[in-house]
Amino acid sequence: MTAVTADQTAQAGAGRPEGADEALEAAFDRAVAADERIEPRDWMPDAYRASLVRQMAQHAHSEIIGMQPEANWISRAPSLRRKAILMAKVQDEAGHGLYLYSAAETLGTGREELLDKLHAGRQRYSSIFNYPTLTWADVGAIGWLVDGAAITNQVPLCRCSYGPYARAMVRICKEESFHQRQGYELLLTLSRGTPAQHEMAQDAVNRWWWPSLMMFGPPDDASAHSAQSMAWKIKRHSNDELRQRFVDICVPQAEALGLTLPDPDLRWNEERGQHDFGAIDWQEFQEVLKGNGPCNEQRLTQRRRAHEEGSWVRDAAVAYAEKHTAVRNGEATA
Amino acid sequence: MSSSTEWPLWEVFVRSRRGLSHTHAGSLHAPDAEMALRNARDLYTRRSEGVSIWVVPSAQVTASSPDEKDSFFEPAGDKPYRHPTFYEIPEGVKHL
Repeated sequence: MTAVTADQTAQAGAGRPEGADEALEAAFDRAVAADERIEPRDWMPDAYRASLVRQMAQHAHSEIIGMQPEANWISRAPSLRRKAILMAKVQDEAGHGLYLYSAAETLGTGREELLDKLHAGRQRYSSIFNYPTLTWADVGAIGWLVDGAAITNQVPLCRCSYGPYARAMVRICKEESFHQRQGYELLLTLSRGTPAQHEMAQDAVNRWWWPSLMMFGPPDDASAHSAQSMAWKIKRHSNDELRQRFVDICVPQAEALGLTLPDPDLRWNEERGQHDFGAIDWQEFQEVLKGNGPCNEQRLTQRRRAHEEGSWVRDAAVAYAEKHTAVRNGEATA
Repeated sequence: MSSSTEWPLWEVFVRSRRGLSHTHAGSLHAPDAEMALRNARDLYTRRSEGVSIWVVPSAQVTASSPDEKDSFFEPAGDKPYRHPTFYEIPEGVKHL
């Protein structure tokens, strides 16, 4: 543990007499109410810490699992331009995972521990990545819809009450914008291409639309963590609010693409000033969450394999570092 | 399965362009200083965000304690005369 991050034993308030906790909790509540940021060594309620670790771990895992469906198409990209873009995007996702793992680490939970839990199936990642990428157009649909939904979710997280998480999100949001635009441009190119290419783009949008809406999580009245997260200002808007915002953003974008969204109930509601949209199949969401999605098994197996097959690299790097430290020390004393 | 020793944590500071100070960008794990620099380049300057990087072992950073933040910074609290706005200057006096 380190001085700047998460030494829980050395954090504010450790070892205080009983009863002092209430004063600390009051100070924490005041800071949150005043929209101040909570920093790693500040006192915080255990449940706040646990809630943040759960959310940040899920978020970090989603970034690195999210590399798989797209990496699937790197070797089959239709041009060098598209290939270079896709590689840059997949590399960004790895980077986003690392920002978030180190943000989580400031709370005293190391990256290895989180990866172990992911590999053991004890922590989740976003369900969206359990759907397959069947065609090249899926790369576009993921950029436009999946990254678009992620941005809608993540922009408010830049103002999250926990400083390191908010700072990681600022960086991530800047980079996600490229992800979304490259996807949109890819779909636009296909949509304006041959009839077969247009059809491929439409098919991808048809398959990714509903899972993208599910990315905002269960409806507000069924969301287990929402109310508390909002009270702590980890979350700033409810699931349904963000989902509605996303639908309203996507409708004109789809029109500009010349593609339709696969929802017969989707229409402008003059009175509300928002779009009405059809019912989401929450049964499907629950099934994918339980592990019964099309690719759950494949994603986790691939992740474990990558980790195991990379172990010799990690070991070699440690051996190299140790050897060179020894040589340097030997020289110093010689 | 993998090595039992987790790579140490490093704090990364990036100078975004000449003329500016290095600013804390974040942290990362690496087995040694050289790899920490390379990882920092790949992680924090993928879009030309920097012209210079420092990496420091996180364990080497000594930080003030949030516990004593009030008393620690208190000495500056009652010295408004350290600010130029403390002083009243007659109207019309220039270049002060």
